[in-house]
Amino acid sequence: MTWRIRGKKMLEKIRSEILSRREPSKPCIAICVSTGCTSLGSLELVERLKEELEKRGLTDKVDLKLTGCLGFCELGPRLTIYPGEIPYFKVKPEDAEDIVSQTIIKGQIIERLLYVDPSTGERIRRLEDIPFYRYQYRLLLENNAKIDPKNIEDYIALGGYQALAKALFEMKPEEIVEEIKRSGLRGRGGGGFPTGVKWETTRNAPGEPKYVLVNCDEGDPGAFMDRALMEGNPHLVLEGLIIGAYAIGASQGYVYVREEYPLAVKNITLAIQQAQEHGLLGEDIMGSGFSFHVKVHRGAGAFVSGESTALMSAIEGRVGEPRLKYIHTAVKGLWDKPSCLNNVETWANVPYIILRGADWFRSIGTPDSPGTKIFSLVGKVKNTGLVEVPMGITLRDIIFKIGGGIREGKKFKAVQTGGPSGGFIPEQYLDTPVDFDSLTKLGSMMGSGGMIVMDEDTCIVDVTRYYVDFLFQESCGKCVPCREGLKQARKILNHICEGKGTMEDLETLQDLSELLRNASLCALGTTAANPIMTSIEYFRNEYEAHILEKRCPAKVCKALVAYYNNPEKCQACGICLRNCPVQAISGEKDIVHVINQDRCIRCGVCFAVCPFNAVEKYSPATPPPAKYGVKVVRRKKEK
Amino acid sequence: MSREVTLEIDGRKVKAREGMTILEAAREAGIEIPTLCYHEKLKPYGACRLCTVEIVREGRSRLVASCAYPVEEGLIVKTETELVRKVRKLILELLLPLAPTGPIKSLAKKYGAKEGRFKAELTSCILCGLCVRFCAEDTGAHAICFVGRGAERQVAFVPEVAPNICPTCRECYELCPGGKIVEAESESMLSIPISEKISKK
Repeated sequence: MTWRIRGKKMLEKIRSEILSRREPSKPCIAICVSTGCTSLGSLELVERLKEELEKRGLTDKVDLKLTGCLGFCELGPRLTIYPGEIPYFKVKPEDAEDIVSQTIIKGQIIERLLYVDPSTGERIRRLEDIPFYRYQYRLLLENNAKIDPKNIEDYIALGGYQALAKALFEMKPEEIVEEIKRSGLRGRGGGGFPTGVKWETTRNAPGEPKYVLVNCDEGDPGAFMDRALMEGNPHLVLEGLIIGAYAIGASQGYVYVREEYPLAVKNITLAIQQAQEHGLLGEDIMGSGFSFHVKVHRGAGAFVSGESTALMSAIEGRVGEPRLKYIHTAVKGLWDKPSCLNNVETWANVPYIILRGADWFRSIGTPDSPGTKIFSLVGKVKNTGLVEVPMGITLRDIIFKIGGGIREGKKFKAVQTGGPSGGFIPEQYLDTPVDFDSLTKLGSMMGSGGMIVMDEDTCIVDVTRYYVDFLFQESCGKCVPCREGLKQARKILNHICEGKGTMEDLETLQDLSELLRNASLCALGTTAANPIMTSIEYFRNEYEAHILEKRCPAKVCKALVAYYNNPEKCQACGICLRNCPVQAISGEKDIVHVINQDRCIRCGVCFAVCPFNAVEKYSPATPPPAKYGVKVVRRKKEK
Repeated sequence: MSREVTLEIDGRKVKAREGMTILEAAREAGIEIPTLCYHEKLKPYGACRLCTVEIVREGRSRLVASCAYPVEEGLIVKTETELVRKVRKLILELLLPLAPTGPIKSLAKKYGAKEGRFKAELTSCILCGLCVRFCAEDTGAHAICFVGRGAERQVAFVPEVAPNICPTCRECYELCPGGKIVEAESESMLSIPISEKISKK
């Protein structure tokens, strides 16, 4: 059935019709088929559930809803059963039979599929009682669990497009801009620029047509916030964009999605098509007289294309390379016309602000950074996944309450916010509230929401080298500070990791960082200084250990580490000997195995495979001298 | 006729027309700002960053590329502050190993840039793009282009076009601060397909 919505009342009517067709008591299995859970086998689970339902003649009596990301990706595949909102974790295809026979038919809860609190061992029945969720404020992600992103009816049933109706029929464009300004919403892509001000600039800039754009280039390693929204709730982003277009006076919009997000491309493309079919996009939207069209542009994989001018160059069909923007893109952007580019998450906030008002929005978060922020919490924390928190929450709460602390009882070392060009934040600043300005003050940044937690086994110099290498690879190569500066910084960091660094190198690194920050053409270069500067500022001791003592405190940097087989622990089992790829280990039955340091390539395989923890790492790379022919001391096998 | 604005460059009141850049206004007033990727016939590119100057606006100072920053009424510009000199010195130190040629060496001397502070492959090209942009924007021949990204970026002749045009045109020769173009033609690189040049690396 194709209906075209004209007017606010008709939207209400359609919504009532959708709701009346649905029985709240009808069981529904909502399964995440977003990228994370799919890679853990959720599609196979879906097939098995279908088979089970069919076998029992329940196909028409139970709904299977394929949803977007539910957040706790680590414990996927995730599913939720309604009514009752029963959350199951780590569900395997072979669990399908029990889910149908026990939970669906008998209403029994399958204990083994519930979340287990690692500290108490208790199985938790309600989602909101799980620490990972308890401390979150899931505003934008909340509906992911209730929406099949391929079905516009799901979105409308939850009140979707009501904000658009309100904007079109009850508000003047200027009032919308004013409301967004008053809400204090700031750009979620990283810069934190006031969204309303940006809208106003584009609205008032001379030139037609005006463009509105969605930035979904999300290229930071380990970040997937925008992906979750685009895959799981594309109509929310689209509704925000249409409202923005109306407020700004744009007739054409672009959604820039990286090609590496095929599901996001698919879902947003479908959402656009559905919105057009139903009169929510295209000519004469909802009968209001306002017309607006949207195209999807797929990015070709360059990190730098997330930068506004590079992104616009790419849409224009040219190389995605930043250009000078002393005249803002809001005034002179895509094809030199006024263009308003906002990040996915920024657009997703818009419908909520329009519907619930700026005052409500300001009640969340902090006065200068209102609202929530989605982070992808990854690294050495126990609970990894997507978390949405009110601004102003401390880093400590995110890492220790939501993230459950550090894995394997290790010690926290640093948290890196804002992607590869963010900075490292050490323990003494863990009580810093998470907002745009506080993170910048520490030398890091909000960025788009990447949050990587590092423990004592992480070498800060090595990670800095990794990020600088990443940025060097992704630099477009246009301006000298970024291209040549990062090239030299990378070389120096490599030297330090190899134990060939000097204290003078540290000064040069700082000089290069300043140059990057002061003189680069675009934000890729200016922010590339962050990891270098913060690592030197907060972890100078690690640099000094590498340079002066030839020691890697975390025992990560290969050139500064040696592997040694402790004769008191070695049981001469031969496992290391067999696994060594370069035959650097000698030994025989009952004779302690010896690692030949000249041959060893420090791959760490012996360390990983030894069942007795006999292989030890030494840094500086000066292990005790090897003794050949020593007889083993027998002991019980350690677990 | 565009509106006239007055700005202050190095303590001097300078008159300029709206739409001009800081660099244009300064040069018109006889104030020298060094550049490597700038050409008056071409659109500002902003790659060498040597024309970096300090501006003060609404009480806050920051560094901008003067080749592209538009003049404004009351703008305060400082072209030779300590910070500016530091930026230029380091940029020149980064460029020296790539192309230790006349214009780069004399600027290096002026800003006290040390030769040998950094090591890099001698390519005779600082990727200023003057040749590429002149060929596209002025000559209109599009015989030369950039290939590759970041560290892989290099200038290459378009083999379908270059052999027919370059030997008689040679307009970009004298623009090249690194000497790469002359070198390239003498190596008869004009007709080598771009893909081969990349794989040769």
